Amino acid sequence: MAEVINEMNVNFFSRSCNESFARTVIAAFVAQLDPTIDELADIKTAISEAVTNCIVHGYKSGIGKIYLTAKIYENGRISIKVKDRGCGIENVEQAMEPLFTTGGSERSGLGFAVMQSFMDKIKVTSKVGKGTTVSLDKYIIRRTVKNEKNQ
Amino acid sequence: MGVEILKSSSEVTAKIEGDIDHHTAAEIRRIIDENISLLRPSLLKLDFGGVQFMDSSGIGLIMGRFKLVKTAGGNLKVVNVPRRLERMIKMSGLTKLGIF
Ligand SMILES: Nc1ncnc2c1ncn2[C@@H]1O[C@H](COP(=O)(O)OP(=O)(O)OP(=O)(O)O)[C@@H](O)[C@H]1O
Ligand SMILES: [Mg+2]
Repeated sequence: MAEVINEMNVNFFSRSCNESFARTVIAAFVAQLDPTIDELADIKTAISEAVTNCIVHGYKSGIGKIYLTAKIYENGRISIKVKDRGCGIENVEQAMEPLFTTGGSERSGLGFAVMQSFMDKIKVTSKVGKGTTVSLDKYIIRRTVKNEKNQ
Repeated sequence: MGVEILKSSSEVTAKIEGDIDHHTAAEIRRIIDENISLLRPSLLKLDFGGVQFMDSSGIGLIMGRFKLVKTAGGNLKVVNVPRRLERMIKMSGLTKLGIF
């Protein structure tokens, strides 16, 4: 098991203006791994999907808190968790199917498919009435060997 | 961030700038839809040349405008799509609609 070399936690209200805030925060945190532009875009897109789901679905009837955690492991793995204490998902398997949506005509039902395709691993745990946690992992290929442990 | 509307006789072009997410899509949608119902264009062009970032909310935005212009008797074209957005668009299946 690789060692965690850095970790961050940010909590924010489920206001839609925080979608771009979450993308900026995660991009700034991941920057220390020196990702490619494509890797960074993939992570920002996946985080945007997860955070938007908390806002649009999890807390559809009000404002709640979103909990964003990210860990960097010494092997270049970045592990991100996006959690809400919202309504939860009744059938996670069905929710994750491409094009499945409960969101009406302006939603495409692609969020989970995008997270799955843009990241290396996704895990969704949810409980109706309790909330949802989406865990997303990606391996950033290390192009430069840095001496992080001393920084 | 925003949208600029260009009008000609029967065409409306909406030039979208910046990030498209659930937050920004609301305002972009409002401006475009206002122009669709006012002008009933035979062709609506969505110019994505200035789009820096887009998540699946952008797909919802395209789909919603497609339905709306079709209902109003017009057509939709999406132009100048940056290469980095192609993967998302392919995943959506929107390419089958012949709007690119
Ligand atoms: N955090 C959440 N809390 C409650 N329900 C959720 C949550 N995230 C997803 N869901 C459910 O899973 C469905 C599928 O989510 P997904 O992100 O794939 O598509 P969408 O959000 O409906 O559309 P899109 O992401 O394309 O705008 C949602 O419609 C919703 O029913
Ligand atoms: Mg979604």
